[in-house]
Amino acid sequence: MTLWWIGDVLLIVVVLPVVVYLLKGVLDAARSIVPSVDRIAAAAQAGSRDLDAVPLLLTTQAQVKQTVEVVAGYGGSLDVIVDDAEEE
Amino acid sequence: MPAAGVVLIIAVLLIVLALVYYLVSTIFALRQITSGLDEAITGVGGIIEKSAPVADVVKDINANLDAGVDLLEGLLVKKAGLVDSVGRVEGLYPGAAAEGLRNFPDSKTVKPPRISEVYTKGTLTLARLGREAPIAVASPAGPVLRNVEGGSLDARSLYPEARQTRPEKLARSPIIGTGAPVQYPPSEQRGGTTPDEAEIREKGEWAETAAEGIVPAELGGSDAPPDMLADDPQLGSSALGETTGSDEPATESGIDPSGGDEADATSDGGPESPEEGVEPDLKDAGSPPRQVDTDDRS
Repeated sequence: MTLWWIGDVLLIVVVLPVVVYLLKGVLDAARSIVPSVDRIAAAAQAGSRDLDAVPLLLTTQAQVKQTVEVVAGYGGSLDVIVDDAEEE
Repeated sequence: MPAAGVVLIIAVLLIVLALVYYLVSTIFALRQITSGLDEAITGVGGIIEKSAPVADVVKDINANLDAGVDLLEGLLVKKAGLVDSVGRVEGLYPGAAAEGLRNFPDSKTVKPPRISEVYTKGTLTLARLGREAPIAVASPAGPVLRNVEGGSLDARSLYPEARQTRPEKLARSPIIGTGAPVQYPPSEQRGGTTPDEAEIREKGEWAETAAEGIVPAELGGSDAPPDMLADDPQLGSSALGETTGSDEPATESGIDPSGGDEADATSDGGPESPEEGVEPDLKDAGSPPRQVDTDDRS
């Protein structure tokens, strides 16, 4: 009978707190991940929205090409009408 | 059942209840994590998909910009010379000359000349083009230098603000007249009368200048001491005349100011009128009589 009581005491005083402590640690860790994941998801969605303007790069690409062509034409005209620098 | 058995059963139940509570809570937390990760993966997938063509487009843009930079650098060095080009870059972007021009490694060793915001050589070149370039004449918007005055003001604004803002204490032009700080006696006066205060009031401030005379004697005027004059002055008093010192008319009849009021250009001047009944020719209108005709008539 004494062994029964010793087992009961060990179960209640040692095993139960250890089990509770470990399970609570797992639960706290899992719960701490949730807000982090939510922030990651929000950041990813915001980044995706920011990249909605990427197709405008195609317009920029075309305009840069046109601008450089105009500059080239203007430079060619200047090359003709402005004298070269004198060689020193 | 012994009391120890009851206590054992209660302890086991407590352990099971704790396991259930914490494990179920953990399951809910893990499900939330899974849901959040799904959203994150969706967002990241969108990022990857949308940014896929960026690299190629940016490379193409950079290639075009590189070509433009090469073109402009080459043109600048060709037209202004390497030294002036480096000076121009340094003038516009202080410190940039240290990096040199990309396609001209020698530019890093060039000591940049001090060229301010205004590149005189370039300004002169543009001004010359504005006047001489054929495109300036053919432009539908008019000459290249459309607004000379405005263009001049714009160019002036590039220089330091010492003059064009005209500060209040800027040195003024020399003062002449009775208010001048240096007064000269009216020792020299040729013709007319010395204007008195009434005449000055009537004619205006310009008459004050006449009151002062033209050339003071101490500065070598014609009435200066003989040793200050040349041996043979070109213009003596006989040639220059002198004032009468009186308001009396110089002639007996004097000057009749009403004569001007009675003058009639149609009778006293103009061409010879055609004969009576002949229509005058328009080509003769306004032409005065010839000098020889006037001399013959007299």
